[in-house]
Amino acid sequence: MEKKNPEDSFQVKIDAEEKIEPKDWMPDEYRRNLIRQISQHAHSEVIGMQPEGNWITRAPSLRAKAVLLAKIQDEGGHGLYLYSACETLGISRDELIEQLHSGKAKYSSIFNYPTLTWADIGAVGWLVDGAAIVNQVSLQRTSYGPYSRAMIRICKEESFHQRQGYEIMANMAKGTLEQKQMAQDALNRWWWPSLMMFGPHDTESAHSAKSMKWKIKRESNDELRQRFIDKTVQQAEVIGLSIPDPDLQWNEQRKHYDFGKINWEEFTNVLNGNGPCNKQRMANHIQAHQNGAWVREAAMAYAEKQKNKKVPA
Amino acid sequence: MTVNEALFNYSLRLGDNSLILSHRLSEWTGKAPILEEDLAITNIALDKLGQARFLLQYAAQLEGKGRSEDDLAYKRSEREFYNSLLVEQPNGDFAFTMARQLLNDVFDFFLYEELTKSTNEPLASLAAKSLKEIKYHLRHCSEWIIRLGDGTEESHNRIQNSMNELWAYTGELFEMNEIDSILIKENMVPDLSKLKPKWNNMLCEIFEKATLKKPEEGFMHTGSRKGVHSEYLGFILAEMQYLPRAYPSATW
Repeated sequence: MEKKNPEDSFQVKIDAEEKIEPKDWMPDEYRRNLIRQISQHAHSEVIGMQPEGNWITRAPSLRAKAVLLAKIQDEGGHGLYLYSACETLGISRDELIEQLHSGKAKYSSIFNYPTLTWADIGAVGWLVDGAAIVNQVSLQRTSYGPYSRAMIRICKEESFHQRQGYEIMANMAKGTLEQKQMAQDALNRWWWPSLMMFGPHDTESAHSAKSMKWKIKRESNDELRQRFIDKTVQQAEVIGLSIPDPDLQWNEQRKHYDFGKINWEEFTNVLNGNGPCNKQRMANHIQAHQNGAWVREAAMAYAEKQKNKKVPA
Repeated sequence: MTVNEALFNYSLRLGDNSLILSHRLSEWTGKAPILEEDLAITNIALDKLGQARFLLQYAAQLEGKGRSEDDLAYKRSEREFYNSLLVEQPNGDFAFTMARQLLNDVFDFFLYEELTKSTNEPLASLAAKSLKEIKYHLRHCSEWIIRLGDGTEESHNRIQNSMNELWAYTGELFEMNEIDSILIKENMVPDLSKLKPKWNNMLCEIFEKATLKKPEEGFMHTGSRKGVHSEYLGFILAEMQYLPRAYPSATW
């Protein structure tokens, strides 16, 4: 009988919906692809703490402050699960952070937009977390076991985040005229970048085909984007805000909303480092990392001393 | 001053302390030396905020003028805040933040331990709940003090210098006024002078493990019991209160 090569039996496993675990054989490209995607996801959680952290000290009520603090703490926690999932692929957190700082690893471009008013905290929770959930729900079925399990855990918490954001928007939309204007303005600025979060159209996507074959990704960028639009348009109607897209309309035949053209030039620009906050976000992360170097060294030196003390003379 | 008024003022003192320390800690979000520590600091900030909310709600209720926790947090001015000068000091580096935290946590630990025995039920139940949190905060930051003190030469110097600098804000923690006298008589709050030896002993034990020297006694800053603060508090309030002050008719 002909012996199967490992790549074939790997694909058989994937096709049978079995999870791939850290010790299983996997193609190098599968491993590289996963490291790229999971680390990008982890970095996004961590960099995403900045635009929201921007408003903790200015939250307009103590309750809102507590909810925002809890949410940002969750995001840091998601970063931790994802770094751990990524480390199972044979790369250390130090290396991952180095790749972030050198620009080799990316994070979601959405976090290169500024949070200008309190309504932006609402918009980020509602739209950005809302878009992330659509993607993450789909990724619960991803083929790599540790990534899939991290997603299941994360999804439980993300739905609370989205409700928090939507609640801020709803309160502002029924508030004073100024509050309503702030809410609409935040929706206007965050709507299109949120749609870009799903990545290029399927026909243009560099990583998609292989990722789909290996079931790292389960649904295409365009399918996920459409799902997000369909659910969000209705949510906007409920609180009386309008989606900033004149071409948006229900298509009875498709049973989906048709929508206008996405400005991919802006997407590319932000991706290439020219967004409003790219430099600031990266500089902050690098600065914090450098400022913490002496603390990490001290912790290592102390641990080393303790270890030596335990060795009998 | 009535017992009720004294309780109102005492709740503000404790509530403001937690609120302002929470504010300072929340400034660390995204800036800690490692991600795990980012989560820990945010967690402590959240606990402190929870304590502040309970105390300001209670103060508002005692006052009985229809004000809310938010009115007390967002609509009082610099001279109406009673938090210690210690907690409003800027974060500085990680050593400075941990030193500030330790001096406050050891104090809070003994204060809240006594408050669990208060004849005032709301204070006693808050203290019982908060004490669990404070024990965790205290353990977390004393572990850092020991690591930094007995880590590298640089970390030792940084934590020693921070402790020396902040020591001048510790005298104020034990100051008492008419509010204390009234409430001590009712067995509602402890005599702070009796906490000082315990506070001192616990710190000395931690300093010893951390190979740190106890800072020399000297001049002590004062003022917060009368609402006289450092310049820093004004900036904290300007930032914290900006939205409710700018849009007074809005609810969020």
